[in-house]
Amino acid sequence: MDTIDRFALANVSRRGFLKGLSAGGLILALRHAPPAVAQSAAEPKQYGALAMPGGLKDDPTTFLSIGEDGGVTLLCNRAEMGQGVRTSWAMVVADELGAELTRVRVLQAPGDQARYGNQNTDGSRSMRHHFDALRRIGAAARQMLEAEAATRWDVAPTTVVAIGHEVVHRDSDRRLGFGALARAAAERPVPTREALVLKNPSDFRYIGRGTVPLVDNLDITTGRATYGIDAQVEGMLFAVVARPPVYGGKLKRFDAQAASKVTGVLKIVPIDSAAIPSAFQPLGGVAVVATNTHAAIKARALLALEWEDGPNREYDSARYRQALEAAANQPGKVVRSNGDVDAALAGATKRVQATYYVPHLAHAPMEPPTATARTSEQGCELWCSVQNPEAIRVDLTKRFGLAPDKIVIHSLLLGGGFGRKSKPDFAIEAAILSRAMDGRPVKLTFTREDDLQNSYYSTVSLQRLEAGLDDAGKPVAWLHRTVAPSILSLFMPDPKHEGPAELAMGAVDMPFAIPNVRVENPEASAHTRIGWFRSVSNIPHAFAVQCFAAELAAAAGRDPKDYLLELLGPARRIDPATVSDEWLYGEDPAHYAFDTGRLRAVIERAAAEAGWGRKLPRGHGLGIAAHRSFASYAAAVVEVAIAADGSLSIPRVDVAFDCGAVINPDRVRAQLEGAVVQGVSIATLGEISYKAGRVEQSNFHQFRLTRIDAAPRAIHTHLVTPTGYDQPLGGAGEPGLPPIAPALLNAIFAATGQRIRSLPIPAGKLKAA
Amino acid sequence: MITLTINGHATPVDAAPDTPLLWVLRDLLRMTGTKYGCGMGLCGACTVHIDGEAARACVLPIGDLDGRHVTTIEGLSPDGTHPVQVAWRELNVAQCGYCQGGQIMQAVSLLNRTPKPSDQEIDTAMSGNICRCGTYPRIRAAIKRAAGEA
Repeated sequence: MDTIDRFALANVSRRGFLKGLSAGGLILALRHAPPAVAQSAAEPKQYGALAMPGGLKDDPTTFLSIGEDGGVTLLCNRAEMGQGVRTSWAMVVADELGAELTRVRVLQAPGDQARYGNQNTDGSRSMRHHFDALRRIGAAARQMLEAEAATRWDVAPTTVVAIGHEVVHRDSDRRLGFGALARAAAERPVPTREALVLKNPSDFRYIGRGTVPLVDNLDITTGRATYGIDAQVEGMLFAVVARPPVYGGKLKRFDAQAASKVTGVLKIVPIDSAAIPSAFQPLGGVAVVATNTHAAIKARALLALEWEDGPNREYDSARYRQALEAAANQPGKVVRSNGDVDAALAGATKRVQATYYVPHLAHAPMEPPTATARTSEQGCELWCSVQNPEAIRVDLTKRFGLAPDKIVIHSLLLGGGFGRKSKPDFAIEAAILSRAMDGRPVKLTFTREDDLQNSYYSTVSLQRLEAGLDDAGKPVAWLHRTVAPSILSLFMPDPKHEGPAELAMGAVDMPFAIPNVRVENPEASAHTRIGWFRSVSNIPHAFAVQCFAAELAAAAGRDPKDYLLELLGPARRIDPATVSDEWLYGEDPAHYAFDTGRLRAVIERAAAEAGWGRKLPRGHGLGIAAHRSFASYAAAVVEVAIAADGSLSIPRVDVAFDCGAVINPDRVRAQLEGAVVQGVSIATLGEISYKAGRVEQSNFHQFRLTRIDAAPRAIHTHLVTPTGYDQPLGGAGEPGLPPIAPALLNAIFAATGQRIRSLPIPAGKLKAA
Repeated sequence: MITLTINGHATPVDAAPDTPLLWVLRDLLRMTGTKYGCGMGLCGACTVHIDGEAARACVLPIGDLDGRHVTTIEGLSPDGTHPVQVAWRELNVAQCGYCQGGQIMQAVSLLNRTPKPSDQEIDTAMSGNICRCGTYPRIRAAIKRAAGEA
């Protein structure tokens, strides 16, 4: 099996790529898109896809080819990591093109942002940003095919239509297959955007229409799917790296005598450590390069290593938590202020206060970070599974002085990403090692221990909330202090405060209709690498805010669902400026302002579907939570069952979700199901902790994940969708996650009266009902 | 030189007897359907069959496999039409898909022994296989479907 032919591109050059595809003769391909127009300072602020590096490309000749056999080949410019983007891309293009989905083959575009537009597959942006462009790609190609057929038949183009993989002239019942038209159609001009006529959504056959088989289903179920770790390159060597156990540490000295003697070991390679802040650079250490991965792992264990641990050598999670608590008890930088919180708190009938803790988390994708590199003096070719290939190019250009076009990045399937693979440190390590081996291809693998101990962790945080209630139990004041080391610490020395994007993930954009609100962000310093993790700061913020909402309901003696709706108040759109939301997920406030009516609607739907208020068996409880993130609205109702021995099970979860129009309903549901399981895992098991600067967990026996026996018995997903496709889309990959943990903790409270405010739920600490 | 029987083929392997089957498959034989996930038998991504029974290739030294039959996901059926594979596709079980080869091998092993497994039996048999994407509800449903129960 050869990776290069099977999945990635056949050759460094595009010519080679075309050859690889050209079984049936190639047509609608290989014209260069016009260069993107640089944005001048005078132009208005850009939002959405246009504001992303590399922007948006929609030239059909870049992405689409049709062979003389009629086979359609689509290049997918976003990483596939389980969200189903390859399938969804094919659905959209097939619908606009009038193609049969079974005749659309999807290939991964190489990492080349200048050519393919933004490829940073992150932030639940793929469909949100690319749906319209994909429609245009399909429509433009369709119109080229239609124009060619109309010319041949000498009829008006408006009288022909592409449908079912052929162009049809209904009046004369003439038809021509795509393959017969392809070559000549390719010579026709690409229609301008203004000339495009998009399909009427009622004519969609795939978009929004139930379950479409995954384009990779056969490969996945037969073991042929090729992930980054599966890359096969002729003459490839295998490596693992012993990295500093403490962030910012450096190698003092090492002895590789014993390691070198292991059969198969070829070379021991020291790698320089990057200074803090290290961004995406490798951590340094000592690499073992061998003829197979097992030999490299075995030899690494025999290295005698002495580290200079550096400034983070005392990082200790128990003590750090105390420091976060102390910080949360003092006023901090005000990041949102409405009304007079102090006066309102002083005048309140009742004051409620609580603090919530979420530890560091590791993404732990089942495929650990892995990359294969082959290098020369001037260039580098990589095979890897990364969310953001452009970040590799940026680093290697600087590091080795390579010309950007001499860096070729083949994007393979990701065996899970969850944000870990948006940081390409491992691909850079592979390139360093290939150069150390005189250019020979080297496959660098993170073992699971490496993955858990040298990751970019979800932040650790403490959230302190305080509210003042009036006589009727209605909040008149809301004070939220969020304390967490920031992802910005990857890129700048000790930023001390969360960045605008982190704060706008559930802290400042808190939507409750409360007259006096203040959000503060006391200082916190990072002592490890902090990175994006699926849904990012929404995890701790939603956990705290949604648990606290239920606590206020209890304090007011009210039903949590009714109370939550009252907190939201009447449906309204929140101007982000009024809540100091400086981010809004990069989207235009004119289209994407927080619509509390949509959050209300998913709460009501989830509650109705879950049978909110129904009589439950002893030990069972229902909990609800709702959160808007990544421009989508999610509500979850969790039913929990606490047995007499305090053990927890989850008979049922209902999730209602509004991400605007749904393109691929089956994959949206799959993302929600996965988010439920991951949310349960975060709530019940997940924790990365530090002692003496070192991560205490090494593998899945210590960093535990939810397994099938603890997964909810039933997960029901309910899509709340508008009619039509002209409304802005929201994200789907991340927004299902934030409400799960608080809904579960609220359910435990409902079942037993026990309020847990720290994750993961302490083992053996649950009371029976 | 050790000779392994893999997917019915006698396969000579030039590796030390303590080398785990996983790395022989992946690095020496370039059969990458069997995945690395943990190296300690904790996650099930490397699940293969040894004489028809599920086993973790990452903790199986090849020196122990003399005369045993190894089946990998690539060899489960000639054309990918084993009922478990079909059920997996019909229900779109996979998300990233990385663990699913191991899940399928584990599920086949379960059904070979227990053709009509209960919910409890499914959970017990499958709890050694982690799916970080969280496809467990569909895995349960696909096993039931392959068993002819749904």
